[in-house]
Amino acid sequence: MVAQMADTLLKIRELKIDGRSDETWTPIVKGIDLDLCKGEVLGLIGESGAGKSTVGLAAMGFARDGCRISGGSVEFDGVDLVKASASIKRSFLGRRIAYVAQSAAASFNPAHRLINQHTEAPVHHGVMSRSESEADGIELYRKLRLPHPEEIGFRYPHQVSGGQLQRAMTAMAMSCRPDLIIFDEPTTALDVTTQIEVLASIRKIVEEFNTAAIYITHDLAVVAQMADRIKVLLRGEEVEEADTREMLSNPKEDYTKSLWAVRSFERAPKPAIQTSAVPIVAIKNVTAAYGKEAVLHDISFDMHAGRTVAVVGESGSGKSTVARCITGLLPPIQGQVEFDGVALPRDYRKRDKSQLRQIQMIYQMADTALNPRKTIGELIGRPVQFYLGLSGGDRRRRVEKLLEEIELDPAQYYNRLPSELSGGQKQRIGIARALAAEPKFIICDEVTSALDQLVAEGILKLLARLQDELNLTYMFITHDLATVRSIADDVVVMKEGRVVEKGYKEEMFRPPHHPYTDLLLSSVPEMDPDWLTNLLSDRGVDNIGGAAVDKMENESSD
Amino acid sequence: MKILMVLILAFGCILAGGWIFRFLGRKVSGNKPYFRDMGLGVAFGYVFAALALAWLLWAYAQSHSNDPITANKFFFLGKAVEGFLLFSFAAWVFRFFGRKIGTSTSKRIFRSMPLTASFGVLTILVYAVVSIFAGWLAPYGQEEILSSANIVPGGNPNIGGSPEFPLGTDQIGRDILSRLIYGAQNTVGIAFATTCLAFFLGGTLGFLAATLQGWVDQFLSRGVDVLMAIPSLIFALLLMTIASAWAGSEQSLLTYYMIVIIAVIDSTRVFRLSRAVGLNIVVMDYIEAAKLRGEGLAYLIFREILPNAYAPLLAEFGLRFCFVFLTIASLSFLGVGIQPPMADWGTMVRDLAQFINFAAFAPQVASAPLLAAGAIALLTVAVNFVVDWMLQKTSGLKE
Repeated sequence: MVAQMADTLLKIRELKIDGRSDETWTPIVKGIDLDLCKGEVLGLIGESGAGKSTVGLAAMGFARDGCRISGGSVEFDGVDLVKASASIKRSFLGRRIAYVAQSAAASFNPAHRLINQHTEAPVHHGVMSRSESEADGIELYRKLRLPHPEEIGFRYPHQVSGGQLQRAMTAMAMSCRPDLIIFDEPTTALDVTTQIEVLASIRKIVEEFNTAAIYITHDLAVVAQMADRIKVLLRGEEVEEADTREMLSNPKEDYTKSLWAVRSFERAPKPAIQTSAVPIVAIKNVTAAYGKEAVLHDISFDMHAGRTVAVVGESGSGKSTVARCITGLLPPIQGQVEFDGVALPRDYRKRDKSQLRQIQMIYQMADTALNPRKTIGELIGRPVQFYLGLSGGDRRRRVEKLLEEIELDPAQYYNRLPSELSGGQKQRIGIARALAAEPKFIICDEVTSALDQLVAEGILKLLARLQDELNLTYMFITHDLATVRSIADDVVVMKEGRVVEKGYKEEMFRPPHHPYTDLLLSSVPEMDPDWLTNLLSDRGVDNIGGAAVDKMENESSD
Repeated sequence: MKILMVLILAFGCILAGGWIFRFLGRKVSGNKPYFRDMGLGVAFGYVFAALALAWLLWAYAQSHSNDPITANKFFFLGKAVEGFLLFSFAAWVFRFFGRKIGTSTSKRIFRSMPLTASFGVLTILVYAVVSIFAGWLAPYGQEEILSSANIVPGGNPNIGGSPEFPLGTDQIGRDILSRLIYGAQNTVGIAFATTCLAFFLGGTLGFLAATLQGWVDQFLSRGVDVLMAIPSLIFALLLMTIASAWAGSEQSLLTYYMIVIIAVIDSTRVFRLSRAVGLNIVVMDYIEAAKLRGEGLAYLIFREILPNAYAPLLAEFGLRFCFVFLTIASLSFLGVGIQPPMADWGTMVRDLAQFINFAAFAPQVASAPLLAAGAIALLTVAVNFVVDWMLQKTSGLKE
């Protein structure tokens, strides 16, 4: 690595980028320097809005619509991409610089087969002939450990899974053997078990072809596995930059330290449940189906007063469907949901107001959960009026009190629209709306997964405080085990519509586990930069992630 | 064959001109990115546009030539150029004052407004004022038959005009200017009422179908499909014939029948749109949250869904208004719409239509039917400009 230092591939100096909003240009990147050598991986981290992706795109000499590069230089292999002509840029992009986007599903053209999209760039740039590129693509698919490499390229994007698509996109980026690949949050939308496979294959292929890479992410544990060096950005400015190990063991700036400290939040354990206690919500032998497709098979578990039950599992495991059964949006075909020992009607339309009031929900995407045309006062005021019958001044006072509880200033926020709030503030409004009904039980559906880590931590602390003050019961649906570790009391692990394991949190994080729980836990990246290397050498590439899940299924069916 | 050769030659010349233009541009500007990255197609476009503009200037000069035959040949083109410049200037002035006068909100709206939209807004305002105050503005009554018929528009006594009637009179001696002004009241007013009714019907049913789904949706949607399967103008004609038999001697009732008939036919289009928009909104989490709260149907439709559908519905309102307006004009042109003696632009075009034959040698005479047609076209264009701008604004906000 040190020997290569002289061989600089990408040199960004004093890069300034403006974005257009409200008829004026405002700076979003304020003078960033960046050096990247051949074969080196640089991690760019920061919260949303820090300018990570904008810098990543600018490394290709490109600015999004509504943005412009207003100053500085981006020198790639001696050519300044900011000043270069369109034809020179065209000859670089795809061939020497490639880009892997966050959502492969949105980036592939759904109307063409994978391999046809794969061969497009090499044929266009005259690197390979079509048949050579096809053969090379199959070879890359094999290297990236995609199942059936011979035939997977001949499928359409919707016929392969998200993790496989992300790997196919990495293969596509590799198709011309570029010198530089920009990875823009390639694993953010994936499950942990899928993420680990994608990470392992990206790392392998980048090392094998000695490709330089910029790895953009907000997940510190992920970047620790991937990058040689880490650069931390905050509001368009560099906070600090250092080698990965140095950065992890000895961060200098306060902001970096606070990022590192996020994962340390953990609540004190609660006393064990008394055996005689009546659970607030009891799910008894629930089976549910969408049409004829059964998605929940005979699920049973209890949730007790004042406790947080985390329901974990991959996407498609039926976590959210359980929530839909409890709320009555999806009436179960068998079994029932009991509230405080009394069976609830299966369909929400048959429940009365007081039953509806007791079960509230907080959604993952605050953007879609809050009506964008209503002010904060109306949003929170409606349940207050609807359930408690308050109106006029009483209603306003109650809303203001709720706003104070979620730590927002009523005078400032009462008349605002959701679009005038940040992501974390919107989520707080979602919480206030749930609290306005004065419920006993709240379902939190992935409430923190769309938020930055610092903001997410604030939300978790708020929820924890509210639980202690109001003796609420939470059902916490999540795929993020770090969240489970920090807030949960009890854990339920789900897989393919079945409960695999349930119990107290302390027990769940201590072996022996069910093999699936073990796999989930082992797939969560840790801050240790050697974690992935160790895991791979411990278990072998065939025993991690999705491959291991497949294996488990084969064994159980044998 | 010869024409083909000329076309190919012209194309080649323009292409060569484009190449030279780009080459010179690069030299003169010192290889600025704009000229450096310019495609040959763009350069071709510039040269072609320059040539077209040059021809237009030449043709405009011809329309003011002293030789009356040449001048007549380019009469309409000259008027079009003058009208275009006049309207652009008026729109610019309107926007200029809009940016200076008013509250900060209205100033901001004017600042982001393109010239086309400001033209549209100005035109709509003028139409609105004219139609509301028609009784005061019109110099004569809409049914008033004056002493002299067939006075040529333009007010020039040398060619048969009269300063008393700046836009001339029709065959039975009614003042065209007054009839145009009253026509604005009748046609635009009726079109507005019809569009509102169409939106009330189509919007309510569309949101209902989107919210309830299931068999209600099936029933309403298939019903709408049946109505839409019949060509709308023919269907309207058919129903109007039935209605006129119904109305019997009460001819004034016919206008109300027409409003209902056109509203029902057009509400099918509104139904489709509001159902589609509604379906996108009902899957949102906030609708789910409202349902779980136990809210009723009326609250869901009017308080949760409707506020989020304003932008597409408003844009559709503008377009739908144009179509309704054109349908009324067509029906009147065919003789079953707004009944004489009420002034109406469609009827006016039909009544004066034969004058169009004079276009080659007496363009002033031929412009009589074009005045009403122009009034229709101007409003349609204006509304479309405003709708375009609003659509762009709303879609821009979403990004």
